Amino acid sequence: MKILLALIPVLPLLGFLILSVFGGRLTRKMAALTGAGSVGISALLTLITGLSFLLSHSAGGVIVVNLWDWLSTGGLTASITFRLDALSLVFIFVITLIGFLIHVYSVEFMADDEGFSRFFAYMNLFVCSMLILVLADNLLLLYLGWEGVGLCSYLLIGFWYKEPANGYAARKAFIITRVGDTAMIIGLFLLFLNLHSLNINELMQQASLQWGGGSSLANWAALLLLGGALGKSAQLPLQTWLPDAMAGPSPVSALIHAATMVTAGVYLIARTHVLFALAPAVQTAVAVIGALTLLLAGFSALAQHDLKRVLAYSTISQIGYMFLALGVGAWSAGIFHFMVHAFFKALLFLAGGAVIVVLNEEHDILKMGGLRKKLPVLFWTFLIGSASLAALPLVTAGFYSKDQILWYAWSAGNGNPWLWAAGLFGAFLTSLYTFRLVFLVFFGEIRTQPTHQPGNLMKLPLIVLAVFSVIAGFIEMPGSLGQVHLFSGLISAVLPPVILTHENIPEIILQVLASVISLSGIYIAYLFYLKKPALGASLDKSRVTGFFYSGWGFDKVYDTLLVKPIVWLAEINKNDFIDSFISAIASTTVFFNRLLVYTQNGKLRWYVMGFAIGIVFILTILMKK
Amino acid sequence: MITISVEIQILFAALLFLIGLIGLLVRRNVIFMLMSVEIMFNAAGMVFVIAGAHWGQVDGQVMFIFILAVTATEVSVGLALILQMFHHFRTLDADELNTLKEDN
Amino acid sequence: MNTIFYIAAAVALISTGIAVSGRNAIHALLSLIVSLLSVSIIFFILGAPFIAALEVIIYAGAVMVLFIFVIMMLNVGMEKEMENRWLNPRMWIIPSVLSLILLIDFIYMLRAMTHPEAAGRIISPKQVGVSLFTTYVLGVEISGVLLLAGIVGAYHLGKQRKKVIHRFLKKETAETDESENIKNS
Repeated sequence: MKILLALIPVLPLLGFLILSVFGGRLTRKMAALTGAGSVGISALLTLITGLSFLLSHSAGGVIVVNLWDWLSTGGLTASITFRLDALSLVFIFVITLIGFLIHVYSVEFMADDEGFSRFFAYMNLFVCSMLILVLADNLLLLYLGWEGVGLCSYLLIGFWYKEPANGYAARKAFIITRVGDTAMIIGLFLLFLNLHSLNINELMQQASLQWGGGSSLANWAALLLLGGALGKSAQLPLQTWLPDAMAGPSPVSALIHAATMVTAGVYLIARTHVLFALAPAVQTAVAVIGALTLLLAGFSALAQHDLKRVLAYSTISQIGYMFLALGVGAWSAGIFHFMVHAFFKALLFLAGGAVIVVLNEEHDILKMGGLRKKLPVLFWTFLIGSASLAALPLVTAGFYSKDQILWYAWSAGNGNPWLWAAGLFGAFLTSLYTFRLVFLVFFGEIRTQPTHQPGNLMKLPLIVLAVFSVIAGFIEMPGSLGQVHLFSGLISAVLPPVILTHENIPEIILQVLASVISLSGIYIAYLFYLKKPALGASLDKSRVTGFFYSGWGFDKVYDTLLVKPIVWLAEINKNDFIDSFISAIASTTVFFNRLLVYTQNGKLRWYVMGFAIGIVFILTILMKK
Repeated sequence: MITISVEIQILFAALLFLIGLIGLLVRRNVIFMLMSVEIMFNAAGMVFVIAGAHWGQVDGQVMFIFILAVTATEVSVGLALILQMFHHFRTLDADELNTLKEDN
Repeated sequence: MNTIFYIAAAVALISTGIAVSGRNAIHALLSLIVSLLSVSIIFFILGAPFIAALEVIIYAGAVMVLFIFVIMMLNVGMEKEMENRWLNPRMWIIPSVLSLILLIDFIYMLRAMTHPEAAGRIISPKQVGVSLFTTYVLGVEISGVLLLAGIVGAYHLGKQRKKVIHRFLKKETAETDESENIKNS
């Protein structure tokens, strides 16, 4: 059992090594087998491990595998130890399963690309880093995985490196997440200095012992870790990199930016929940940031033309929901939404990527239309995914998870009617922009003809994900519909249950309200974009839309406030004055060289003259004695 | 046999040496430079002979013989080199041979 | 004896001066031979007859003649213009100054020495020979080797290899030369 757990991250690592060393010499088939196969076997092992874990330990246990001691210096001991408990089980299940499906999809998606084995090498390394991140026993190993996923996202966003814009997007992603990473490492320093360990369990125990609720150290530590989470999960104020990261291939967007990497921040906050519980101000900040981000991203998604950018902003918005859930203390609801979101967002990205490919790389949704007859599989899977995203009542998994979050936003300990209202309005926006997308792409008249049908390797993962997007919700149904608490039962072994404080309005009313809102969103989208497309078109051209389109102007603000001054500083410091001291030494030497070079003019008589002068000097000096 | 003080004798040798040195520094023609070197050798050897005669020992003369051998060798090799130089550069100007200079 | 010394010294100095500052190489060499002869006289007066003989035979007789042969072989000719251009009076200043300083140094040093009485003996060739082959025999052998090296070196360095091209190849090179000339022009 322990060996199997250790193999789960190691197999993709092996896949990466084989592909990076031998990738040029492998055939397409071999590279695909290695790449997808390693993640596939990992997924299988995850299922086996998960099943035996659930059957034997019944959600309360942990499996710890210590591979070797990594560091042991100056009071810091860190070892390569993997720790499986209910929380990380959920995460590795999602990562390996969705990772495997995406790898299978990529075999066909990247079939014509020249960087085929390079792609799979990077993807395998990514899956390995993410698995290390969620299985890590101590924060240093987690940080290793953290950096690993950051690196892989850079490599994969800029995969088609020959386009300079892709490189720019990759750099932007890396730099902005770097800002978050720096905050996180300072947080790690703070934790280590005060609590003398980086082992997560020990940290949580020590923190609750030594730091009382609301102590400033706990606040700072939680704030710094939150900074790291904000960077990776693309929340306010570090959210500007995610829309531009759509420059990478669609499977990359699906894996990294929908299912796994952007949720690393959610995982971090959930893992260190004790710390956040000790810092209620920061926890409230988490919820507020989540609420603001989901609104901001929702508005921006409404104004986008690029299919993938709509989905990107949608991701930002949905992670905002997860942060909202974590912030009000609804830990299991946040993780549940993570799982469900992973399924339907990956589905949407893969289906969207397929649409873009069959339309010959056409990204603009205003140039698409009427594809539902021509691409039935894509249409139905995309519809199911969008329905789940818009939280279509009762039949989709998205409904159950989002509904739970909204209920806890109202009623939980940290909850607040304002947060609930923000979530509700966000749900309205979600269904609005989602079905705007669906109607513009799949309904109406055909503006761009699809060139071919997607193959089986692309259709199969879509179908599997669509199925999951529907049935995954049924493991956690609210009280009014059956009280199925499989998921929260699982998670409650690790994360504390929600404490309900404001149960003044019964849950059913809020549920009905949420359902009405999402349905009305669908209806208004239908109105604006299908029935009377002229309304929709005029809305797209208004100035407010332009503001939303640019992501509320964040890019511009960052550019003027941060980027331009730093670039200006670097420019004027190009010949910096510290350098001039050193180059002064060099130029003095050169100056003396120019002077002295006259004495080396190669003329014999000159040298003899030198001899004679030397003799005169020596004799004169000797005479003085 | 002579009662001139040894200083004057050595001074004479020194004068010859200095004339040779001036000739080496001033002239550009390599043959003259070699000739000046000969003069300097001769003057140096003369100092040895003077010293030997002053002390009444034979070693001064023996030294001069050795110096003579060296001088003869050096002249023959030097003239062979001057022949090669003339063959290559077609000139006897010592200043023409400056390819070892520092070119900045 | 003293007067002979002074006369020989004067002749030596003057002729050396002419040799150094002469325009024509052959004339300079000839005055140098005169200088060497007067130096030989001084050696004789000093009581070193063997050395005096050697000076004339080897130095004036072999080395200077070698010089003259080489000059004649080089066929430099009467290039008085070049020499005149090179030797303007301005060039003499710095070397003369340096030599003057050196001379002053020499005089100073000589003055500082104490000088015991001169021996005043004549040293015969026999004594020189005995000393050479008993005390300094190693030096003699090494000088032999040195002279051998000089011979080999002088022969090798003095060789002028003329390129001999077979007459068939000569025509081809001539043609390729011509074609190259046409191409280059």
